[in-house]
Amino acid sequence: MSPPETDPASPFRLPPDAGPDAPVFAEPWQAQAFALAVALNERGLFTWSEWAAELSAKLARPGADPGGADYYRHWLDALEALLAKKGVAEPDIIDQVTNAWHRAAHATPHGQPIRLENDPGERS
Amino acid sequence: MTHDHDHPHDHHHDNDLDPFAARVRALETILTEKGLIDPAAIDAIIETYEHKVGPRNGARVVAKAWSDQGFAEWLAEDATAAIASLGYTGRQGEHMQAVFNTPDTHNLVVCTLCSCYPWTVLGVPPVWYKAPAYRSRAVIDPRGVLAEFGTILPETTRIRVWDSTAELRYLVVPMRPEETGHLSEDELARLVTRDSMIGTGLPLRPGALSPDALWPAGDDGEGRG
Repeated sequence: MSPPETDPASPFRLPPDAGPDAPVFAEPWQAQAFALAVALNERGLFTWSEWAAELSAKLARPGADPGGADYYRHWLDALEALLAKKGVAEPDIIDQVTNAWHRAAHATPHGQPIRLENDPGERS
Repeated sequence: MTHDHDHPHDHHHDNDLDPFAARVRALETILTEKGLIDPAAIDAIIETYEHKVGPRNGARVVAKAWSDQGFAEWLAEDATAAIASLGYTGRQGEHMQAVFNTPDTHNLVVCTLCSCYPWTVLGVPPVWYKAPAYRSRAVIDPRGVLAEFGTILPETTRIRVWDSTAELRYLVVPMRPEETGHLSEDELARLVTRDSMIGTGLPLRPGALSPDALWPAGDDGEGRG
């Protein structure tokens, strides 16, 4: 199933509403990304206004899905951008640790929880 | 299903993380190592927003305003304090403003810039609230947006659009449905839908069964929210 194509005659069609009892997050990583921003704000790393400004900038980039399906990708980009601005984590460090997680996943037998300790490669 | 299952199964069955899942795990690793987050606190935040905070909170606020004139006046004057008195307080220190529908004016809430939303009373916003389609169109053509939600208002009703910010979030207080004078506050809360508190919908009528209902039929609403 591919998503329905956008009809140029009605570019503003809203995505279907899944109702009040729909899962809050479509995938677990979205919930984690959401919670990371909330936790870092509560810890005082950034104000919520700083967060909203960064998220707005990401959401305003051309190519965003009119239906908002890519919302948490922008959320994640905003989080990474703020972490770089605050001197907490540069993109290349995030890339390295991300790659370590991919290697750990590949080295983990199917059905087992994926742990970073399973990474056979060097991380530093 | 067109998934091809004919490939030989002689390879090692390893796991794959999707790129976003791996990236979020990396952030969590880095932030934990730096002592900036506690993974248990992250899990607690997820649990809260997935299961504890939601539009039933807002429904209780609206039902109380419908049944208690003093509370309604407090809500109009200082929504942050009135809502906090029911135990719902904001995590980001944001202020709340309640906007009351009247026969002349219908209120509609949007966040044109991102997705600011009154989490404490409505939970995490639905996908459509975060969609560029809604964020742009709610301001340009509010009546058309309402029609798409099946909400048709009299031509004479003015639609006022409120643009949320990180510091100020809005809760729409819909008009109390007719023929509800005999209902208790708990019964009234069952008539309040999420969309009626954003302004894209209206409350349910007494006795109406609707997929928009926040409480399933037979649930008396006690101890929920």
